Amino acid sequence: MRKLSRLRRRKITAPVLLFLALIIVGNAYAFIGATVTTPGATASNARSTMVDEGREIFLRGCSSCHGLNAEGGGIAPALIGVGAASVDFQVGTGRMPLADMSQQAMRKTPIYNEEETAALAAYVATLAPGPAIPGAAQLTFERDGNTAEGGELFRTNCAMCHNAAGQGGALTQGKYAPTLMGVEAKYFYEAMITGPQSMPVFGDKAITPEEKLSIIKWIKAVESEKGLGGASLGKVGPVTEGLVSWVLGIGLLIGIAVWLTTKSR
Amino acid sequence: MRAARERVAGSVANFVDERTGAAKFLKKSLNKVFPDHWSFMLGEIALYSFIILLLSGTFLTFWFVPSQEELIYNGSYVPLKGVKMSAAYASTLDISFDVRGGMLMRQIHHWAALLFLAAMVAHMMRVFFTGAFRKPREMNWIFGVALITLGIVEGFLGYSLPDDLLSGTGIRIAQAILQAIPLVGTYAAFFAFGGEFPGLDFIPRIYTVHVLLLPGIMLGLITVHLMLVWYQKHTQYPGPGRTEKNVVGYPLLPVYMAKAGGFLFIVFGVTAFLGAVASINPIWVFGPYTPTQISAGSQPDWYMGWLDGLVRMSPPLESHIFNHTISWNILIPGLIVPGIMFTGLALWPFIESWATGDKREHNLLDRPRNAPSRTAVGAMAITFTIVALINGGNDIIATHFSLTINQIMWATRISIFVLPPLAYVITKRICLALQRADRDLVLHGRETGRLVMLPHGEFVEIHEELSPEEAWTRTSHEQLAPIPAAGIDANGVRAKGVLKDRIRARISKGILQEQIAKPTAKDKLEIGDGHH
Amino acid sequence: MSNKELEPLQDPGLPAHAHRKADHDEAAANRAERQVAILFLLSALGTVLFIYSYIFIENNLYIYIPILGNQHAQQLFLGLGFAIALFFIGAGAVHWAKTLMSDTEVIAERHEMRSSDEDRAAFIATVKEEAGAVGLGRRSLIKRSLALSLGLVGISPLLLLRDLGPLPEDALNKTTWDEGVHLVTDPGNRRLRPEDLEVGAVAHVLPEIEHPEHRSLNSIAKDALLLIRIRPEEFRLDAEKLSWTYQGIIAFSKICSHMGCAVALYEQTTKHLLCPCHQSTFDVPTGAKVIFGPSARPLPQLAIKVDEEGYLVAAAPFNQAVGPSFWERKK
Repeated sequence: MRKLSRLRRRKITAPVLLFLALIIVGNAYAFIGATVTTPGATASNARSTMVDEGREIFLRGCSSCHGLNAEGGGIAPALIGVGAASVDFQVGTGRMPLADMSQQAMRKTPIYNEEETAALAAYVATLAPGPAIPGAAQLTFERDGNTAEGGELFRTNCAMCHNAAGQGGALTQGKYAPTLMGVEAKYFYEAMITGPQSMPVFGDKAITPEEKLSIIKWIKAVESEKGLGGASLGKVGPVTEGLVSWVLGIGLLIGIAVWLTTKSR
Repeated sequence: MRAARERVAGSVANFVDERTGAAKFLKKSLNKVFPDHWSFMLGEIALYSFIILLLSGTFLTFWFVPSQEELIYNGSYVPLKGVKMSAAYASTLDISFDVRGGMLMRQIHHWAALLFLAAMVAHMMRVFFTGAFRKPREMNWIFGVALITLGIVEGFLGYSLPDDLLSGTGIRIAQAILQAIPLVGTYAAFFAFGGEFPGLDFIPRIYTVHVLLLPGIMLGLITVHLMLVWYQKHTQYPGPGRTEKNVVGYPLLPVYMAKAGGFLFIVFGVTAFLGAVASINPIWVFGPYTPTQISAGSQPDWYMGWLDGLVRMSPPLESHIFNHTISWNILIPGLIVPGIMFTGLALWPFIESWATGDKREHNLLDRPRNAPSRTAVGAMAITFTIVALINGGNDIIATHFSLTINQIMWATRISIFVLPPLAYVITKRICLALQRADRDLVLHGRETGRLVMLPHGEFVEIHEELSPEEAWTRTSHEQLAPIPAAGIDANGVRAKGVLKDRIRARISKGILQEQIAKPTAKDKLEIGDGHH
Repeated sequence: MSNKELEPLQDPGLPAHAHRKADHDEAAANRAERQVAILFLLSALGTVLFIYSYIFIENNLYIYIPILGNQHAQQLFLGLGFAIALFFIGAGAVHWAKTLMSDTEVIAERHEMRSSDEDRAAFIATVKEEAGAVGLGRRSLIKRSLALSLGLVGISPLLLLRDLGPLPEDALNKTTWDEGVHLVTDPGNRRLRPEDLEVGAVAHVLPEIEHPEHRSLNSIAKDALLLIRIRPEEFRLDAEKLSWTYQGIIAFSKICSHMGCAVALYEQTTKHLLCPCHQSTFDVPTGAKVIFGPSARPLPQLAIKVDEEGYLVAAAPFNQAVGPSFWERKK
């Protein structure tokens, strides 16, 4: 706790924490559907209860690998300074806690609910400053994003792992870049700023926040794109096309050739 | 009415014949006989796909702009609006989204290309496994190999034209192969691309090659290919009444004409169906080409996929000699291995007739089991290609079957050496087993499953004897004996060329010695009337 | 040994022709005729569908089809109409041929391909006579000079291809990078400071030029760079290469040393770079050494530093050619 209090005394900590809490609380309320203007005092109260709750959850569910003080262990990285965004991404998409010790944490149904995830994130954010969870005010990709520009950024920065259509792809030794279809917008943002697992970090100078929104808008456009030329065949390129040409094309035509050359009775 | 129609027909025929003397030729041609078998239609699928390619390709040329000049896209596909791209890519987008039926024609063209190559390969396998390439048809086999080779190049150039991210990556790799050729490679690449990669010249140049040069050469080769089939008459499968000296089938008019013509429409219909329901080469997904971008899972079309698989599995070899670089990791899988494969393929008829000593004409086909070594060699080549092809799609296979690219890479690196010989041995065993089964069938008849008890209490199963037609089909082939080795002459002096003869005798023994003797009349007599 | 003696059976000859139903049953024949007609009419319906789709279906109409999902209606029905129109003409013709046209198999005799002996003898005689008349055998001067000129005339069309492109000269060894050239983001063309990249971050960069909107693909194909930041103590580099890095930031050519694809798959955890084309894997801390796959050389590393304003710049040009190997490439 001393470490924590030392942190609190830093100049930057207070505004960061306040901001974080605002976002977390804002998100939680926005989810329920109520628009709430949170007074500062309430936020600060909410923060401290949330942080305590988050610490509880952390000690129960995470500390066995990440260490009692999130200092990391032999199999798990330290969580000091990873920020709330990282927690929200890993826990919110169900990647953490890990199901097994495989090469890569997979997306699955989250174990913790919204509030628990928010509490965990709030707790980890108190350990050291790190990227915050992007709020609704930040994720204005519908309004501020540019689809075409997003496409260019995506193809330069993302397509080599996630495939030009965001379908995912293979990395070394069984690791893989997951598909981007059916993923919530905020998780894209969080992934870019925190660099989960194999993914590198894309800082705000390498890809500006506006550019990040453009990328998200482009992904969403691709996701909602309707069939323009028929079944998409997985959008994974010529492999499935070759398979179809042999199995369906040549297969069908040979079937017809057999009909054509049998004597009728 | 009828009389009038006949009169018109007669006078047209008269007009033509008086000026060309065609009646004599046509009379003979209309009575031409074509044997009927489904496997004889594979070549037709290839021919019809080629016709579809010419028609749909001509349609595409009306809108396609073969230029690498850059422009800002302003068509109707929103996610690319305002993006800088080449005129070639933009015009392909226009064909897809702003020309009614353009998407359909593009997709028909690409599906027809995949079918064209698939049908050619299937046709070639049929010709190979049935021995249809033997004298007098060796030349036609070589034309066929040339057509497949040109078809692969033509297909590659075709999917390179839209200048999308995937095709640009393909061109980049082709340029690297060109550049890797020792001594002249750098110059060849600079001349082909009009300077450095990618330049502005390559697409206009390959456009001319794709729409004019190669189709022209292929059309000529196809014409000669078909004329030779016509002139030499089609081969036929063995069977009752079929000999080396005749051909049994349907006359050209009307049956064969109706079936072949109908099949053209059917192939076109199936291609159109694929073009309607299955998306192919969705270039708008890939985006325009620029050298800094790439997509995960970049592969070529299947007929190039095995080459890409070979390149992927190649060991990292490069030599530096006297300040020069030789890239074995590109040259071996990209040029040397395919070069050897295609040369061997083209020369196969001559290799086989040399090894078996069989220089006679053959118009009756082999059943693949009756030429076990040839069938086994074919299986070996197919296995090799499939292993390479699997590695060409290793990233897609890895993500879809929870494997790692490294595992697949190592598995195929080992398999490419181990599996083809294994395929040879297994196929040969299967062929011999089938020969044995044929022999048993002819000698003992077919098992009927009906049991009867003999007077002394023994149970026997009734065997039904094969019909004379079936028995003939299974026994009419001939079995060649190995070539005897030319020995050392009486004075103990090795005659010139003896070593060559020995090698040949050795190979011929390997090919021909192991055969299950087909039943002779004597065997049949000894068995009696066919129980057990 | 002659095969004939061993033949167990004689060729029973072509089996007797089996008549079809339609050959002797008028009703069956009429039924077949109706079937053929129905197939042809189906084709006509396909053409109607095609014309309808072309003229009346709006370009922005999408329709939900099970399995296929939402589909562009015009493209789908144009295609289906076309497919039906073509397929059923073929199906009708084949059905017609199979059921109603004569299906009697006929036998045609083959003739040996080789010409008769007289023809061959006559041909050879003619060739000899013609050759004699032309005098090729005797007039060797003509023969040789003709061979020479025929051989030489092939050079002209080859020479004409010379202007297809410039000579390579030193082009492959040069890039835009030089001392002091700023690293700017791709796309965006913004300068970068070291602190813009945290540990684990990457940035795709190009050299700064005056008019980035006119940047040519030729230069991009050699200049593209990947910046990666790791913890400085993780480097396993010799002193020179280490001096080319800046505070843990290392710059590699993004153009694969194998066949020139963009190598940009960076795995933050393993610090490996993977090329998606042929899966060459490069190890970043050791200076992009090849640890898997077909590439034989590490990716070229660019020396970087910061200028007085704190922006990242190149410290020197590349010390080797970037991209795939070529014959003249120095080691």
